Amino acid sequence: MNYIEPHGHMVSRTTADYERMALAGCVAISEPAFWAGFDRDSVKGFYDYFRQLTEYEPARAKKFGIAHFCWICINPKEGDDPGFAREVIEIIPDFLKKPNVLGVGEIGLNKNTKNELIILEAQIDLAVKHNQLILVHTPHLEDKRKGTRIIMDALLNHGGVEPDRVLIDHVEEHTVAEVLDKGFWAGMTLYPETKCTTQRAADIIEMYGTERLWMNSACDWGISDPLAVPKARMELKRRGHSEAAIKRLTYDNPHTFLSQSPNFNLPG
Amino acid sequence: MNYDASCPLTYADIVDAYFLEHRAKVLDIAAFLDRLERAADGPAEKDDFRVAALREALLLLSDGDGERAKRVLDLLSDATETMPQSAANAKFALGAAPEVGQ
Repeated sequence: MNYIEPHGHMVSRTTADYERMALAGCVAISEPAFWAGFDRDSVKGFYDYFRQLTEYEPARAKKFGIAHFCWICINPKEGDDPGFAREVIEIIPDFLKKPNVLGVGEIGLNKNTKNELIILEAQIDLAVKHNQLILVHTPHLEDKRKGTRIIMDALLNHGGVEPDRVLIDHVEEHTVAEVLDKGFWAGMTLYPETKCTTQRAADIIEMYGTERLWMNSACDWGISDPLAVPKARMELKRRGHSEAAIKRLTYDNPHTFLSQSPNFNLPG
Repeated sequence: MNYDASCPLTYADIVDAYFLEHRAKVLDIAAFLDRLERAADGPAEKDDFRVAALREALLLLSDGDGERAKRVLDLLSDATETMPQSAANAKFALGAAPEVGQ
């Protein structure tokens, strides 16, 4: 069964991981811009990273029959320096015109600071002005619930944001209901230690349903698994969920959300 | 909300499928707490706030109420409403809010 990896940081992965994902049925990856494990000290550093996302990774994925899409932004961690972040934001519009770009993301908060919020609001506005989808990163661990609420307030207070064009990622049991109730899409990130395990993701699906929900591996430079989505499908199958429900979560739902961007076209 | 019968597996199926894995996880927690008492510098006079929060979370597991995962996450969440100006000198997320374990 084909699946879509809707949030994978492939710049962190080997080419062998692309091969393993293709063998597991992955037909498309969407890769948000993120914090690469260290703070970049120049706008040129971001320029090169955005070129990697829009030029190099699509070519690497194509070798394995995987369509590669991406999101452009300055991530919330490096957004804590508003002066520098504004310089990076100035180069983003040119990249939004690239053929594999789906929107602005992953924007959000990291430590729930006022500086991060200033840059989040600037990038929400950028997305609205350029009619882009938005992909949201929510903070880690103890900061998540508070940060998720601040982010949703910022999105709704803007006035130009349509919630069904926004996906709020890394939800867990204490945030998923609020996100869905406000009309946003929600993403569950499957991590071995933090965020969701495959079993907990299956539990959340059983409790909150399959509407406006997707699963992703993130598969970044931390301890993570690029095959987490197929493993979650195995967990759902083990519990007796239907093939149709599993396909809805791992192919149809990401396809529906991402297809709101005219750039999301799958071959065949 | 009512989540009755939302898992397709029967009670017996769930026990058969997951018991050993979760037995091991409980033993890991037990051994972790024992390890703290065997620390090279001796057991702490006062629990680190993360350990205190963990002990509090463990109480939730056997209180008879549902939505345990959500309630544990809520317990471990930062409940403050203030926002610092910047993240300078901020620590990485630690997994529990300091005020929980104090």
